[in-house]
Parts: sequence; structure tokens; C-alpha cells
Amino acid sequence: MTDLEPRGAELAREGRLPSERVALVDLLDRLLAGGVVVSGDLVLSIADIDLVRISVRALVMSVRESDTIVGARRDE
Amino acid sequence: MSDVGTYLYAVALAEDPAPSEGLTGVTGGPVRAISHAGLVAYVSAVPLTEFGEEPLRRSLEDMDWLGETARAHHRVVEAVAAKAPTAPVRLVTVYRDDAQIRSLLEQRHDDFVDVLSRIAGRQEWGVKVYAAPSEAPQPEEPAAPSSPGTAYLKKRQASLHTREEAWRQAVARAEQIHDVLGSVAVASHRHRAQDPQLSGREEWMVLNGAYLVDEERGGEFGQVVEGLRGEGIEVELTGPWAPYSFTTAVETGESEARDDGP
Repeated sequence: MTDLEPRGAELAREGRLPSERVALVDLLDRLLAGGVVVSGDLVLSIADIDLVRISVRALVMSVRESDTIVGARRDE
Repeated sequence: MSDVGTYLYAVALAEDPAPSEGLTGVTGGPVRAISHAGLVAYVSAVPLTEFGEEPLRRSLEDMDWLGETARAHHRVVEAVAAKAPTAPVRLVTVYRDDAQIRSLLEQRHDDFVDVLSRIAGRQEWGVKVYAAPSEAPQPEEPAAPSSPGTAYLKKRQASLHTREEAWRQAVARAEQIHDVLGSVAVASHRHRAQDPQLSGREEWMVLNGAYLVDEERGGEFGQVVEGLRGEGIEVELTGPWAPYSFTTAVETGESEARDDGP
């Protein structure tokens, strides 16, 4: 158990998403909360940010879960 | 009616230089320019089987789809912004046809011109500030079975107190940083702190700021950011960005100013 402690912390530290995705986060800040917002006759716009935020969050949770599964397998 | 929509990326002044040819958009199709009323809209055709409301609801759950679409959108915006003052449009804004785009350019002409003149010659910089959770007060180390519960609780209380205090300090520092950066910028905006799961960082994000800075003061801004680095906090600079965070003022429909900084 004591052996697992530092390794767990190390994994957690290294567990950050790849840099490509980190940049995507910054991009999404701007693309989902910034930019000109138009509505009216258009077919569709993400005026409803909350929908997206919820979706992204749900998705991240699922990504995280699969990560955990990978980690667990490694420990077996 | 067709099952093809017109995806809008960005708006610029028609008199300004156009981006280089051969730009492709969100589904790999060619990007076109629609000029009208002195403005130009950059668009591409998208299938409504993918960009209709229902398919989109599903697609937005798909991080790969969201990532690809965001990057493709961003590529177009960047190409336009490299040549001319540009008002980026929010991700996934799809019109029925070109005629609707022309009427948008006509109806919101003055708003677009206002925004474009405000951001001309300026760039957006992003500054994120992280605070390390004060020397990670031993996250519940498995206490020896003999250790009394009260000692454990006391230790835990003390550690919570330290964390609270550290948080308060970090927030105050972030406010101060935002003010300093704002003094070099012509406008600033605070985005919400990023979800640690999305940012991949365990540290607290205490500032997720965007700053509109005169092009010729970009270097100075960078130096100010450098000077802010210090103990206990990490400062990350991103950009320059097209002015995504400073073009929301062109709103058709009801306006809704959200999470605006002080």
C-alpha cells in the first residue's frame, strides 16, 4: 500500500491531458463563450451554452472513467 | 428547401485584404466569401444531416467531433484574422442560405463596423493563473489505527483552514494580477475558471482572463506577465488570439452579457 502512494501521486501528476487537448480547452472557452452571437432566422446556433457545458462535462467524466479503468488494469 | 446549410465563421470589412485561397471549413468543404453592404462573411456549406439540431445534440457529446470542429472553425478565423480585423462568430452558427447571411450583414451592419473598429490593430491575449494548493496538506494519509480520532480531526481542521487561507490569498492575488494586466489592455474579460478535468491541472485556476491589447504593446504586455510570476502561483500566457472574447457585443436577438469582469 505504501508503495502505491507515491506512484499514485506520480500518475495523477502525469495524468494531465495531452497538450493538444489543453489548447482545445482554451479554444472552447473562446468558441463557446466568445464570438459574435447571432440568433433569429438561422438554423442553429449554440446560444444555449449550458447545453454544451453539460455535454462537455459529461464527456470528460466518461473520459476520466475510462482512464481509471486503464489504470486499474495496469495494477492487476 | 435544401438539406444544406451555410456555416458562418467570421465577418470582416469587405475593403480589407482577404485570406489566402484554398481555405477549408468544418466539413472539409471550401470556404467562400459573401460580400454585402461593405462587409464580408466567410462561410462554407454544411450538410444539415450533420449540423441539424438533433444530430448536433449528439455530436456535441463527442469530444473528437467537438475538437475537430472547433479546430477547423479556429483555422478559418485565424486565416481571416491574419489579414484583417475580424469578428469571429460563435462555434456552430448555421444559416439556411446565403440570402440570410446577406440580410444579417445588412441589418447588423453598424454593430459589425463598431466592433471591427474597436478590435482593429489589437490582439487578444489569454492569461491563466494557477495557485498550488498550499503544499498539499497530506491528503488523508491513512492514520495509524492507534491515533486518536480527535487528533485526526484537529489536523484535518487545521489543514482545511490553511487551504481556505491559501485560497483567499490566491484569489486576492488573481484580482491584483487582473487589474495590472487590465491597465495595459484596452479591454479585459474574465472567462470562467476551467474545469480541472478539462484543463488537466490539479492546481486551482484563480484567473482565466482575456485581454485586448494594442498590437504595438504586445511586447510590453508579455513583459508584464513575466514580471507577475512568483512564489506559489503559475502564470500561463496564450495567444495572440483573434479577438474572440471581445466581439460578443454584436448580438442579434436578446442580449445577455454574462460573466463580465469588473
